[in-house]
Amino acid sequence: MIDTHRMLPQSWRGWAALAVGTAMLAALPFVATPYYVGLITTAMIGAMLALGVHLLVGATGLVSLGHGAFYGLAAYVVYLISPEGTALPIWQTLPAAMAVAGLAALLIGSLALRTRGFFFLMVTLAFGQMIFFVFHDTKLGGGTDGAYLAKPLIAAFGLEFSPASLPRARRAWPVYYVALVQLVAIYLVLAFLLRSMLGRVLEGIKVNEPRMQAMGFNTYRYKLAAFAIASMIAGAAGHMWSLHTGFVNPELIGWQKSAEALLIILLGGIGSLAGAIVGAFAFYGLGEVAQMITERKLLVEGFAILVVVILLRDGLMGIRLPRWRRRAAAPEARVHG
Amino acid sequence: MSVFVAQLLNGLQYGLLLFLIASGLTLIFGVLRVINLAHGSLFMMGAYAAFLVVRTTGSLWLALPVAIAAGVALGLLLERFLFRYFYNREHLDQVLLTFALILLFEESRSLLVGNDFHSVPVPAALNFSVPVTDAFSYAAYRFVVIGVCLCLAAALFFWVERTKMGAIIRAAAEKPEMVEVLGIDAGRVHLTVFAVGTALAMAAGALAAPLTSVYPNMGDSLLIISFVVVVIGGLGSISGAFWAALLIGLVDTLGKAYGPAFASRGGAGAVIAAAASMSVYILMVVVLLYRPTGLFGGRS
Amino acid sequence: MERTKIRFGAATRRDLLKGAAAANLAGAFPMPAIAQAKPVKVGLMLPYSGTFAQLGENITFAIEMYIAEKGGKLGGREIQIVKLDDESKPELGLQNADRLIKRDNVDVLIGTVHSGVQMAIHKAVTESGTLCIVPNAGAVAVTRNLCAKNVFRTSFSNWQPAYGMGAVVGKRGIKKAAWVTWDYAAGAESGEGFKQGLEANGGQVVQTLTLKFPETNFQPLLAQIPGLGVDVVGAFFAGGGAINFVKDYAAAGLKVPLVGSGFLTEGVLAPQGAAAEGVETALHYGDGLENPKNNTFRPAFKAKAGREADVYAVQGYDAAQLLGIGLEAVKGKIDDEGNLYRAMREAKIDSPRGPISFSKSQEVVHNIYVRKATGGLNKVTGVAVENLADPGTGCKL
Repeated sequence: MIDTHRMLPQSWRGWAALAVGTAMLAALPFVATPYYVGLITTAMIGAMLALGVHLLVGATGLVSLGHGAFYGLAAYVVYLISPEGTALPIWQTLPAAMAVAGLAALLIGSLALRTRGFFFLMVTLAFGQMIFFVFHDTKLGGGTDGAYLAKPLIAAFGLEFSPASLPRARRAWPVYYVALVQLVAIYLVLAFLLRSMLGRVLEGIKVNEPRMQAMGFNTYRYKLAAFAIASMIAGAAGHMWSLHTGFVNPELIGWQKSAEALLIILLGGIGSLAGAIVGAFAFYGLGEVAQMITERKLLVEGFAILVVVILLRDGLMGIRLPRWRRRAAAPEARVHG
Repeated sequence: MSVFVAQLLNGLQYGLLLFLIASGLTLIFGVLRVINLAHGSLFMMGAYAAFLVVRTTGSLWLALPVAIAAGVALGLLLERFLFRYFYNREHLDQVLLTFALILLFEESRSLLVGNDFHSVPVPAALNFSVPVTDAFSYAAYRFVVIGVCLCLAAALFFWVERTKMGAIIRAAAEKPEMVEVLGIDAGRVHLTVFAVGTALAMAAGALAAPLTSVYPNMGDSLLIISFVVVVIGGLGSISGAFWAALLIGLVDTLGKAYGPAFASRGGAGAVIAAAASMSVYILMVVVLLYRPTGLFGGRS
Repeated sequence: MERTKIRFGAATRRDLLKGAAAANLAGAFPMPAIAQAKPVKVGLMLPYSGTFAQLGENITFAIEMYIAEKGGKLGGREIQIVKLDDESKPELGLQNADRLIKRDNVDVLIGTVHSGVQMAIHKAVTESGTLCIVPNAGAVAVTRNLCAKNVFRTSFSNWQPAYGMGAVVGKRGIKKAAWVTWDYAAGAESGEGFKQGLEANGGQVVQTLTLKFPETNFQPLLAQIPGLGVDVVGAFFAGGGAINFVKDYAAAGLKVPLVGSGFLTEGVLAPQGAAAEGVETALHYGDGLENPKNNTFRPAFKAKAGREADVYAVQGYDAAQLLGIGLEAVKGKIDDEGNLYRAMREAKIDSPRGPISFSKSQEVVHNIYVRKATGGLNKVTGVAVENLADPGTGCKL
């Protein structure tokens, strides 16, 4: 109970933080150069992916190494459904990308969720690699070099926000605000989901799954629901990536992308929804600073991850949650529900 | 027909090398329950160790013992100062720890040896080819690799199946709690297993170096396939890893040799060829779902 | 061979990237520009870490060398170089290109080596309109269906060297050949060139053998070769794959001669050792190429870089030469795009590889040479095709 509540803006302070954060991000393009508008867009996309992963790892205790696959798959969906060089409106591409990611997740999840722990990690990795090879080794999506796609049109209710019609300095704005709206929407949806029955059952599964089963919950179905929702969110992020860049390549699918998402939530703090967002901004900020100050960016990144894993165990948000351990099944004093 | 025999030989040699890499991984995972993504980087470091030994001493014979010794030393250090604190941590933390190690190992390699490609020459005495068919020969060194891999496999098998430490390891692979329950010095077991696992990966790198040459990120492509071997063989099972590695070596080799013929026929053939290229992953998923103890392990 | 023995250590790399950080920081906080004194900013987006680090390194040395030869000025304007390590990671390609284009506001982007990263750069520069010169990556799309008025290539298209090799073996009367490569874009594009070169001269490719990129277990492919009944095997591999393939090919004792696109033996002859002896390849550069420009270029490069020049150095040098010609024509007014691009497209450059020019799709037109690996050198033995231009299919420039 306590844990789920922490994931929400439960007090007026939480809502105020959300409002201030959103307002600051909304104001940012007015003061930042186009490059930083683009960079923050990238960070917001990373935050969306991390939010989805948070639902799995933070809320349910399922660590997946195949989550990047749904992200990349969704980006490729935009490429595959857009007829040669013709942009489709976002209200067509976004649902399509999310639906494909969700369906793929139902299929993969229905199998993968029969396993747990290490085995779950390996099954998701294997499925992720299969999707990777489909796009890497076949001509379906441009092969190893990747492919260009027509960026979806930001159009609704007969209005169209065409970046090309804007002055150069503002061309990144429409995509930026679309990303911001989606990020806030995903955050709110997740916040309500986690406070709902689903969220409480997931939390219960994380702490003690057999107990939840004993209480009469079909935990498999709840986990599958979480897996599918998380993947649809990853799909929304992948779709956003295609909108942001207009370019897809197989590396979007690989397991390293999944590892990156895991790193982001760990960096931000695994105990809270906001941690995923904080983590994403910190991750891309760190990358930017490391690139500017050193020629050995990878060395900096490697040490930064070590520091986070060893010292900053609760991430930047610093909120401590009871951790899911290997022997989580052992009776614990923690009372839940 | 003789081409087929040559292909079997190829599969055997590739599979044996896979076994060396995967055996360390399966030991570490089976006993310590740590997911070591840096195992491929250890392979890379073994290969670079061989390169450095040959460059300074001119002798490839020294490379294998040096790589094994370096592997033991590195393994002891890593276990004692890093991994020990991660046994009871989430898989998430282990994944990220070893992900960080990949970056650090590769950058250290870049700092110390640079980014160039280097060859590791085979000793003059072995620098010849043995005809397998009338038009296809096999480098003598490949037979040496097969021989050394078989010897190491036998030694490993003896250690695990016939010694006291081996019995503890087998027990621990099945039920990690056993070690503590039996009042055995768990720290020593963990240290030993980790050092042996690291040494095996580096030995594999040293053995492979003359065949593959050494270059940055050379271990990356072997990491995932090694995990497949570990899973199919059954976690912690040396004999399982052995048979799984041979199976994958053969499936992969025969798939490469005969799969493309299907693909060129188009339609259903292309689907079969695509499935063949993913065959090992499909096999892994099937094993994970229906026989989590592995195809060959199956002790429980 | 001396060239590959020299190690690329930390010190060189630090020298190389020195100043890059400061330039980047300056870019983050734009200072009021003084119109006349403002230098032309040239962004180098190249691999300085990972598998292709040495290539990025040599390209950079050559570019700096040319600018230094011109007294630090091209077209009367100071040149300021900003370097960025692209790590050869396609997924970071757009972000990295944006760093140079939008954050550091470079006027010209020179890059890169990896084809996947090139596609990302291409996307970025065609959107921003920044002048881009490609000093290596051979993805054919860049000067075919995706060609753009602000993108030039001084290196090659994947199609070119392989076409040259195919033409050479065809002219020798070879009727049946096999093609071996990785199953990825560069392999397929090279294969297309080899096939067309061979077919134009009376031969044909009867079998293509492929391996997943970037795997290096070549044995299953090699074992099939004796059964194919071909007179020659052509191959495209690069880097670690090229080393292993040539070594494994020799060890397999195959009686069919091996030829290839030049990258099969380029920069990797030392690790290949005796196994490469006698392998013929085709490329737009080679060892022992005699022309006045090359004779001054090679010692100068060695003095600057501490190692022998290679094809990558030549490509980088020509990228700088091309930029120099363009800037000269517009007297440093880089915003005069129409005249700048026309001058570059019409440029006739005296390259260390021989005379080069540019096709309508702004792809380099150059001689493809036949080389034979002899004693650790890719000795030029003749000209495969003179002034070979990429077909530029689908380019509407």
